[in-house]
Amino acid sequence: MHLVEKAQILDEKGMARALTRIAHEIIERNHGTDNLVLIGIRRRGVPIAVRLAERIQKIEGTAVPVGFLDITLYRDDLTKLDYHPVLYKTQVDFSVTDKIVVLVDDVLYTGRTTRAAMDAIMDLGRPKVIQMAVMVDRGHRELPIRADYVGKNVPTSTKEVVSVEINEIDGRDRILILERIGPDE
Amino acid sequence: MSIKHLLGLEHLPVETITKILDTAGPMKQIISRDLKKVPTLRGKAVATVFYEPSTRTRLSFELAAKYLSADTVGLATASSSVVKGETLIDTARTVAAMGVDVIVLRHPMSGAAELMTRYTDAYVVNAGDGMHEHPTQALLDMFTILESKNRISGLKVAILGDILHSRVARSNIWGLTKLGAEVHVAGPPTMLPAGLEQLGVRVYDRPEAALEGADVVMALRLQLERQRQGLIPSLREYARLYGLNAERLALTKDDAVVLHPGPMNRGVEITAEVADGSRSLITDQVTNGVAVRMACLYLMTVGDASREDID
Repeated sequence: MHLVEKAQILDEKGMARALTRIAHEIIERNHGTDNLVLIGIRRRGVPIAVRLAERIQKIEGTAVPVGFLDITLYRDDLTKLDYHPVLYKTQVDFSVTDKIVVLVDDVLYTGRTTRAAMDAIMDLGRPKVIQMAVMVDRGHRELPIRADYVGKNVPTSTKEVVSVEINEIDGRDRILILERIGPDE
Repeated sequence: MSIKHLLGLEHLPVETITKILDTAGPMKQIISRDLKKVPTLRGKAVATVFYEPSTRTRLSFELAAKYLSADTVGLATASSSVVKGETLIDTARTVAAMGVDVIVLRHPMSGAAELMTRYTDAYVVNAGDGMHEHPTQALLDMFTILESKNRISGLKVAILGDILHSRVARSNIWGLTKLGAEVHVAGPPTMLPAGLEQLGVRVYDRPEAALEGADVVMALRLQLERQRQGLIPSLREYARLYGLNAERLALTKDDAVVLHPGPMNRGVEITAEVADGSRSLITDQVTNGVAVRMACLYLMTVGDASREDID
């Protein structure tokens, strides 16, 4: 099985515009930045959370705390894996109790990562509310979970893969749809 | 890459050692949280089967398993069917037949853990077998060194004391040399096994030579029965000639750190001044022991669809 590029959904500018809009929406929905914290889900949620925080600071003039979350230990498929997912450190250097926590990730798909992230956050404290911001919502939810802020809604088939490339990790900004070709492994 | 059994560091690939050490960092974060539990090993069972006394290793494994949400049971052999003559193999089969996923074994005979793997489907962790290996102790020592020095490669590590009977020393020698440390050992000639140089270490019968310019000093526990065996004339003489004191520590680098696997004989292999001094990482070792054992249990029981045996 290999992956073939099918379409580009967003380029660098498109991603930047979507992030700016999401930053405005977060501020609008929460009436400013009081008690607001952003937590990026490793790995690609991390640079996206940092960029959102930069934009919010530019708009409102206040710095919003940013944390990074590794959800590996909370995954529901650990016993089914045939490899060890790399374990990264969780870096949340502030209390989440009574805060408005905006979880940030690149793609929302089955919702299982979000479920794991919510459990991980709850183990760190008791937030007032948890919201979810994603670059791409591709559908196919397996749990009753939805995003509050979406960069782009992309209807996909399960044969397709959504690849969010972020400059800090991948050397450039763009979002692609790839298609799996050939037999499954 | 997956670990099935963890029997020793002699045959453990460098990548696996590195993976365990990398995984221990995130695990340590969990221990320092208010809520010290993650659901990762929910539904797994870990049994500690100890044929020798132990405080820290056993507690450490049990807490590591509990922090990962595994269920734990402990078998204290003094109050078990072992006193009725049940063999190690039968005990292993019995424990595994109850659905235990991981058996943590300490046994006075070298090779006991390896033997157990042949008679049970459970994964086996060697928590010390005779004079052979004590891999998780060496891994926690290496993790503690990494935390303090940010590297192991190129460091000069001095190990002092009874090398002959020490499974801690043996596991550390395998692990540290694999990661590129320069290991120097010193102890009474009666406690230095023949051919030790073949493990890639430098051997001295005087501690001063080993300590010169060291980055890390590891003092080993002197098992007090060794005096009765005639290997040392007296504890006082041992303390005077081989004990780690402030004067000897001054021979090391200014930022050298001190490790001891515990339990300590204060005033014998290490003075209280050094054990409680600013260079001592002995308490960190205990905390790190839990983190490293969490990493081992996690790597053994998760992602096991493609498993390879490692001894």
